[in-house]
Amino acid sequence: MLSKPISDRRIWEHPILTFKRGRKVKFYFNGIEVEAYEGESIAAALYALGINVFSRSIKLGRPRGAFCMIGKCSSCFMKVNGIPNVRTCIEPVKDGLRVEVQDGLAEIPSDRELFATEDEEIIDDVDVLIIGGGPAGLAAAITVAKYGLNTVLVNEHFKLGGQLVKQTHKFFGSKELFGGLRGFQVAEELSRKLVSFSNVKILLQTVAYGIFRYGWVGLANKNKLYRVKPRYIVIATGASERYLAFPGNDLPGVMGAGGAQTLMNEYGILPGEKALVVGSGNVGVIVSYQLLQAGVKVEAILEILPHIGGWFVHAAKVRRYGIPILTSHTLKAVWGHDRVEGATIVKVDEKFKPIPGSERDVECDSVLLAIGLTPDTRLFAQAGAIMKWVPELGGLVPIRTPYLETSIEKVYVAGDSSGIEEATTAIIEGEIAGLDIVVRELNNVEARERRDKLYEFLWNEYRQSPLLQRSRMGKLKVTVSYEEMIKLRKKFPSPISLSS
Amino acid sequence: MSDIPNFRRSGIITVDELKKLGLVPPEERLAKGPVAIAECPEEIPCNICVDACPLKAIHMNSINDIPRIDWGKCIGCGICVSKCPGLAIFVVDMSKPNKAYVTLPHEFLPVPRVGDEVMLLSRSGEDLGRGKVVRVWEHNRTWVVTVEVPKNLAMEVRAIWVRR
Repeated sequence: MLSKPISDRRIWEHPILTFKRGRKVKFYFNGIEVEAYEGESIAAALYALGINVFSRSIKLGRPRGAFCMIGKCSSCFMKVNGIPNVRTCIEPVKDGLRVEVQDGLAEIPSDRELFATEDEEIIDDVDVLIIGGGPAGLAAAITVAKYGLNTVLVNEHFKLGGQLVKQTHKFFGSKELFGGLRGFQVAEELSRKLVSFSNVKILLQTVAYGIFRYGWVGLANKNKLYRVKPRYIVIATGASERYLAFPGNDLPGVMGAGGAQTLMNEYGILPGEKALVVGSGNVGVIVSYQLLQAGVKVEAILEILPHIGGWFVHAAKVRRYGIPILTSHTLKAVWGHDRVEGATIVKVDEKFKPIPGSERDVECDSVLLAIGLTPDTRLFAQAGAIMKWVPELGGLVPIRTPYLETSIEKVYVAGDSSGIEEATTAIIEGEIAGLDIVVRELNNVEARERRDKLYEFLWNEYRQSPLLQRSRMGKLKVTVSYEEMIKLRKKFPSPISLSS
Repeated sequence: MSDIPNFRRSGIITVDELKKLGLVPPEERLAKGPVAIAECPEEIPCNICVDACPLKAIHMNSINDIPRIDWGKCIGCGICVSKCPGLAIFVVDMSKPNKAYVTLPHEFLPVPRVGDEVMLLSRSGEDLGRGKVVRVWEHNRTWVVTVEVPKNLAMEVRAIWVRR
């Protein structure tokens, strides 16, 4: 299948970023020795070598490539050191790893040794467990740690920062809220702050797999299981990119726009040479601009609505360099053999129906979907929190009090898992949740003032922007008063109690 | 749908639209010397430019206001150009008899150097000819580039492209 590296898709010069690559690492891909750099994920390293197909689908053997690149979608499942279904996008490369394309349904290896773990560690002196190390989780953790609470933060990825690490544009907002800094700089600042606390335990590459009776939380990483009994939990698990139905949507090269952003901005690897972006919301236009910065040609941005979804200033940035935004257009199909080779686009009428005869072919090697995000709320659902379907927020989200406590007492939500907004509101929500815990636990006056001030700012200033009305309406729909929450809890008692 | 402004359909704002929003300085001011123009027509929750201006010439009542520049105070120093997260602020100098100067944000490689002849681009990416780079400086990887342009293009040139 592969005798030597086909290419090097790595970016060596970038206007914004300096890629600090680690030492060279050698591992095996389908038995052939290949090279990567320390700090890269397996999927990123393979992609850099020009490899597009990571697995074959179970029934039809169709090729599967990378899609989300952040451990959410399972499109990059491969066999690593004999273990199948490894999410190679969040698994770092190491010397000597044996990585294989997974062909069809994986068999569970009979060698039990492969799964041997150390004894389960019990951690029961935790004040606050934070699940998720993105902007919301980091802000919450810093807040509670600052007041001396014993904190554990779990993060699925091997790096902190969540999706901030791939944001190269400068953030809007105000100086106090990291406005003006580039996203990855915000991640650096928050991470630096967090690791400075001695009362915070950070567990990387660790997943919270469930919340159980009496509030025990199960954590797992490759070598170890943990059982944690926290007094409070903040769940800040983020979101995943949405898929779109069209013929050829599973071809390698069809990728989340955020997935492409991870490749090019986090790892410095070109997602392709010619891209077609679907969706003109902020993600679509921002990623298009960043593709251009990385040296990728953006053929067009498609938008099914008759107007641009994102903010004007972001759209203006790509228009100035000649990237067309085709409104009232959508994808009809994508074609190619083991990799996208082109797409057919089509105009739509005012009812979003394709107009026959308006089809046009676009030659491209990447089709990047920027059609929205879905909150990752599986833990809330598993734990039995009262949830509500809110289209403005991207799907199913937990009901919460003004200070972000869910129907499960002492379990909080913050960031995109509370409903899709953006990083600045995620940071504010994380801090509000953290402050509320501090107020309850320590009855701290300063924390109470700060919480109330931030809350006031969030709802009565920041979210008053006409551009944020949709998400503001969504958040209003799931925010209930403390009294209302007490009633709801009586009506739908939570199966879990952290107090017992 | 009719209340959606045209710039939200195209991603391009016209000088007339900017004028209607009160974002373009009067002719007399433009003729006097360099002045900042914020092409920022939407109420984004952002006030970075207000803090950035060393002359306190940019005003907002709330974080969601569009920036109002006091063109009497503004000296066209370009610091806001380097700091605006939306890359939406430009400085235009129409005080010289034959040429105009546009200062714009640039975030692409290669970095332009003083003296380079670069491609001038309009708000729609249209090639408007060549112009000479007269000044370049940088803040947090945004290069602030001043280019010499024909006088009639001062309100049209909004980007440059440097060939490798």
